[in-house]
Amino acid sequence: MRKTLVVLFLLAAFSGTAGAQSGTVLLNAAGATFPAPIYTKWFDVYHTAHSNVQINYQAIGSGAGIAQLTAGTVDFGASDMPMTDDQLAKVKGKALHFPTVLGAVVPTYNIPGVTGDLNFTQKALAGIYLGTITKWNDPEIVKANPGVKLPADDIVVVHRSDGSGTSFIFTDFLSKVSPDWKSKVGAGTSPNWPVGLGGKGNDGVTGLVKQTPDSIGYVELIYALSQKIPYGAVQNAAGKFMKADLTGVSAAAAGAAKTMPDDFRVSITNAPGPGSYPISSFTWLLIPAHFDDANKGQAVKGFLAWMIGDGQSYNEGLSYAKLPPPVVAKEKKALSQIQ
Amino acid sequence: MSTATTSIEHAAPPASGPRALLRRLRNGDEVAHVVTLIFAALILLVTSLLVYELWVRSGPTRAASGLSFLWTSTWDPIGGNFGAVPFIFGTLVTSLLALLIAVPLGLAAAIFLAELAPRNVSDTTAFLIDLLAAVPSVIYGVLGIFVVVPMMRTTIGPALKKSLGFLPFFRGPNYGVGFLTASIVLTIMIVPYIISVSREVLLTVPRDQREAALGLGATRWESTWKVVVPWARTGIMGSIFLALARALGETMAVTMVIGNNPKIAASLFAPGYTIAAVIANEFNEATSDLHRSGLMELGLVLFLMTFILNGLARLLIIATERGGGRG
Amino acid sequence: MKRVLLIWRKSLNLVMLSLTGVAAFGVVSVLFLILGYLIWNGSTSLNLDFFLKLPRPEGEVGGGVANAIVGSLKLLFLAAIIGLPVGLLAGVYLAEFGGKTFSFIVRYTTDLLNGVPSIVIGMFAYALAVLPVKHYSTMAGGVALGIMVVPITVRATEEFLRAIPNSLREGAMALGASKWKTIATVVVPAAAGGIITGMLLALARVAGETAPLIFTALGNQYWSPGWGQPISSLPLVVYTYAISPYDDWRRQAWAAGLVLLALVLLANIGCRIVINRKGVRSV
Repeated sequence: MRKTLVVLFLLAAFSGTAGAQSGTVLLNAAGATFPAPIYTKWFDVYHTAHSNVQINYQAIGSGAGIAQLTAGTVDFGASDMPMTDDQLAKVKGKALHFPTVLGAVVPTYNIPGVTGDLNFTQKALAGIYLGTITKWNDPEIVKANPGVKLPADDIVVVHRSDGSGTSFIFTDFLSKVSPDWKSKVGAGTSPNWPVGLGGKGNDGVTGLVKQTPDSIGYVELIYALSQKIPYGAVQNAAGKFMKADLTGVSAAAAGAAKTMPDDFRVSITNAPGPGSYPISSFTWLLIPAHFDDANKGQAVKGFLAWMIGDGQSYNEGLSYAKLPPPVVAKEKKALSQIQ
Repeated sequence: MSTATTSIEHAAPPASGPRALLRRLRNGDEVAHVVTLIFAALILLVTSLLVYELWVRSGPTRAASGLSFLWTSTWDPIGGNFGAVPFIFGTLVTSLLALLIAVPLGLAAAIFLAELAPRNVSDTTAFLIDLLAAVPSVIYGVLGIFVVVPMMRTTIGPALKKSLGFLPFFRGPNYGVGFLTASIVLTIMIVPYIISVSREVLLTVPRDQREAALGLGATRWESTWKVVVPWARTGIMGSIFLALARALGETMAVTMVIGNNPKIAASLFAPGYTIAAVIANEFNEATSDLHRSGLMELGLVLFLMTFILNGLARLLIIATERGGGRG
Repeated sequence: MKRVLLIWRKSLNLVMLSLTGVAAFGVVSVLFLILGYLIWNGSTSLNLDFFLKLPRPEGEVGGGVANAIVGSLKLLFLAAIIGLPVGLLAGVYLAEFGGKTFSFIVRYTTDLLNGVPSIVIGMFAYALAVLPVKHYSTMAGGVALGIMVVPITVRATEEFLRAIPNSLREGAMALGASKWKTIATVVVPAAAGGIITGMLLALARVAGETAPLIFTALGNQYWSPGWGQPISSLPLVVYTYAISPYDDWRRQAWAAGLVLLALVLLANIGCRIVINRKGVRSV
């Protein structure tokens, strides 16, 4: 008897745990891990300012974000890659892309005896990841780094084992700069890597690189900055070696802004311009054009309007680049498409 | 009995008809039988539903490649080419190797706890070992990366190479991650199951069995190994099944220390991949239906593997069963 | 000759018994290594805030995992009421009533179910409990974990019921008890120690599972009202925080791991006390 009472009591207690107040709009969103830090920051700041809007964001992956948006189990999604036409066709009604921030992917390495920044030509990166360049003292790497003593050791290649937008951005870049890569592997979240060890998450890749001499890997810029991991410079389309920073990333976006399509689906890797960082990318929020619940629609619209304005002031604090003004203007216009 | 012509309605229950059903229902034993049967059948229902789901969702890749899925070794989500071989290999190698190490280790520890340790030490230790089962997989993975991997690269690997380097298992470059590291981490994860259940089962062996053996002049070890353990054999095997099942399905910890490279290699130092690991890694980001279908098909293959492995293990039990212990 | 054999047997005895001690010691030291690591890295985060506050966005210091603690409790509660009865009753069936072939099939299937990767069970629960209602929920997470609790419970129940000698059953029935009454009031209580161990082992295992929850409970930065909204949980927190680039979050990950272990430990202790009070222990 006593036990039953205990059980009933617990049930009651749990069910009533901080029940939602009436008038609160509860939104659930899921998707990309890459922008998760800034998204959670934004949702938190927005909630403090508008206490009736509560947006719960879970970083479960771009692919999952797209899938859940299509299945209707989340209110909106997020992805590091734009949805393809096929994917858009599967969504009930229309889905809109809204770029939110810009990020970059950087090459990190661990070579005994090498302490400075290395320069990587486009051919070098492609060759290393294709497995055609196998030693650190390969001419392609040496010629870009005069004065650096590179050992004759085998390169240990590290890539992501889990499907990720970061891999997509990196392979998208490689596909643009290497016809060999494009035909053999292609761009995607889970490529069939010709060589290398797979680490799970940015963390896994960094861990492997740190622990394995003569290794090279790629990670997100914010990760490298917050964990103080050394990374190298990459040659851009104009031939200059750029070490990733927020200015370089914004420059890449600004170049693309002129030719951006109205639905915002664009790739900015290997962007033109002398100051552009070549492995940069937008990341998008995937918003349904129509919300059955008008309150939800209003809440989302309100958030997006804030995001492209005041929201952007939080980007650089977390090492994301801001959206260039022409893109912001375009997004403002696109907001009217949400009902 | 009286020979009065009283009615004989309640002398014997009617054999069939609604009356019979009612009578049977009022009989608690029948009810208990049916109720427990329903729950047992529920397990079958859920599992069949699961297999059905896997089957349906793996439709696209099954239509595209059919049985060749089982002997193709490429895994190319972008190109749309899927094959299961490297993952089957990795899953088998890591799980079986983990069992190979965990079973003697676990059984030995269980014997110590059940037979030799004083009761309260044994209880407390078993308590603590049960805790190991609750440690999230991720923590095992992270510990694997920070402790086991460097140990493998700097200490264990070179030691094995020096002593057993002539074997093909211990050749080739040693990155720290790989089959052997994954097996070690798996061992630590499955040992608690073996110890926990085996210890409890050993404790249920009646005291008179031990005493009989000792009375006949057996040493402590002989009484344990030749009498007590065989008596508890089915329970111990049960714990091994549990452990094997956990090893086959383990995802997080394995993917963090195995190197995630879908290739077959003879060396235990080489990086590999398991079915559970690749599903965990790629499912969330899979952007094409074909990719998701390929991963589901891998889930189906794992199911098949578990089916076969369990079957082989049971045959082994039947073969070694000599009627000892309880029925 | 006899002398030599005796010496051999005696030395073997000593060696083997010592080895078992070494094995036990080895396993326990690994446990302490893990606990030590968690404590070393996580204890700095174990302040009152940790237990009472909601998470802060990435990069910000402070905040806590209060919602994850409650979430884990809720999910485990659901898993227990969904999975334990099924496991127990099925185990009773296998040990006391079962027909030969049907029992074999059930046992086999249970082992199969146990071997399914937790992520696949998560996907299954997703198809069952999330898609139809187009909603991630605590309920769906409970279903996924409930399914996982069943196989270990069945195995443990069956094994320990079988360990009870028939003399006990026969004695009860000779006193006039029906079969089911015997089982319910004599056999099961006698095997309670082992059965409860199995149940706790099962719950301990699912307490630390992340993969199935990603597809069913999703996760939540806020409190989760009722049973129909996404919900946070300790293993999910460990998973997200441990692989994040923020040191503060990482420390919280270890602390969350410690809290999880503490919860399981408390549950274990609680159950043991209850059993011992009732005075039943396996033979």
